[in-house]
Amino acid sequence: MGSATSELPVQRTPLGDAAETGLKIVVVGGFGVGKTTLVRSVSEIRPLNTEEVMTQAGQGVDETVGVERKTTTTVAFDFGRISLNQRMVLYLFGAPGQERFWFLWDRLFSGTLGAIVLVDTRRMEDSWYAIDRLEHHRTPFVVAVNRFDDDERPHSLDEIRQALALGDHVPMVDCDARVRSSGKDVLITLVDHLYAMALSQEGTS
Amino acid sequence: MSRKPVDIGDPDRLYTVTGGRSTADDAFDLVTLIVSECEPTAGMQSEHTRILTMCRHPTALVEISAELGLPITVVRILLGDLHAMGKVSARHPRAAESVASLPETALLQEVLHGLRNL
Ligand SMILES: Nc1nc2c(ncn2[C@@H]2O[C@H](COP(=O)(O)OP(=O)(O)OP(=O)(O)O)[C@@H](O)[C@H]2O)c(=O)[nH]1
Ligand SMILES: [Mg+2]
Repeated sequence: MGSATSELPVQRTPLGDAAETGLKIVVVGGFGVGKTTLVRSVSEIRPLNTEEVMTQAGQGVDETVGVERKTTTTVAFDFGRISLNQRMVLYLFGAPGQERFWFLWDRLFSGTLGAIVLVDTRRMEDSWYAIDRLEHHRTPFVVAVNRFDDDERPHSLDEIRQALALGDHVPMVDCDARVRSSGKDVLITLVDHLYAMALSQEGTS
Repeated sequence: MSRKPVDIGDPDRLYTVTGGRSTADDAFDLVTLIVSECEPTAGMQSEHTRILTMCRHPTALVEISAELGLPITVVRILLGDLHAMGKVSARHPRAAESVASLPETALLQEVLHGLRNL
């Protein structure tokens, strides 16, 4: 599995002592779409894994024990890091787009700058839910289409925009998650978009 | 600060780590940078020792979690204790003076600049 990346002990690379502000960007998408690959290609450290857990009280009472039934949700995710300058460090999270993950969104990713929805055109339906949830959370995002070599009928970005019912305001970009410069372009596309949004807001307030 | 119930997996191990607690507030963001204010001392809980050692240099909460192999919630509890005892300080996202006063556009310009230099 490409995501089993932090099993070997590796020498940690600490941040500089002047580091004072952490920022977040989240990459979401279906299974195997290339999230970890994208994080790895731009990160200054090997991607690390961690997890969060949460218990919800279930419905009803377990009769054999007489206590309320609970369900435990565990969500694993990986992340990489980019030191932007001496003071600012950007963390890039690769997160699964499935339902239970969104349950933890606020606890993990509130205050995130924005998101990248990574799309595999052979399984476009995997992205619908993520797009819906990001809109719900009012998290600005861009769509990056990870092109796989064995895609027999590559769709144009316009076709993909239609299939995903994306508004014209959502930037789209082609990428190859394995290539650092391509991953960097995706990040810049997102931050350019955020910048344009912030600029128009400053203009109106 | 809201406290939310959390089940932290393997009960025996995590009971020891957190002293039986399973709730944490969200005062520490995933990217809050933690810095040790003292050296570990003999007899300290091993997780505290490891955190104080790691955080000789600023270290994000999420990196502590990955390094210790403990869920985010558990690390939030541990950091809450260390912080209350004055053993670590926390650099919260965008709290630093140099950033707090920046308009969003200026902040994003710095981010863009950093990314272009990659
Ligand atoms: N051809 C091609 N293969 C890719 C590309 N990106 C990723 N892959 C491959 O696709 C597989 C899955 O990539 P991962 O990065 O592990 O995907 P993921 O989204 O993290 O997967 P999960 O975490 O398991 O959901 C790996 O074998 C990658 O090498 C790409 O742009 N082109
Ligand atoms: Mg992965």
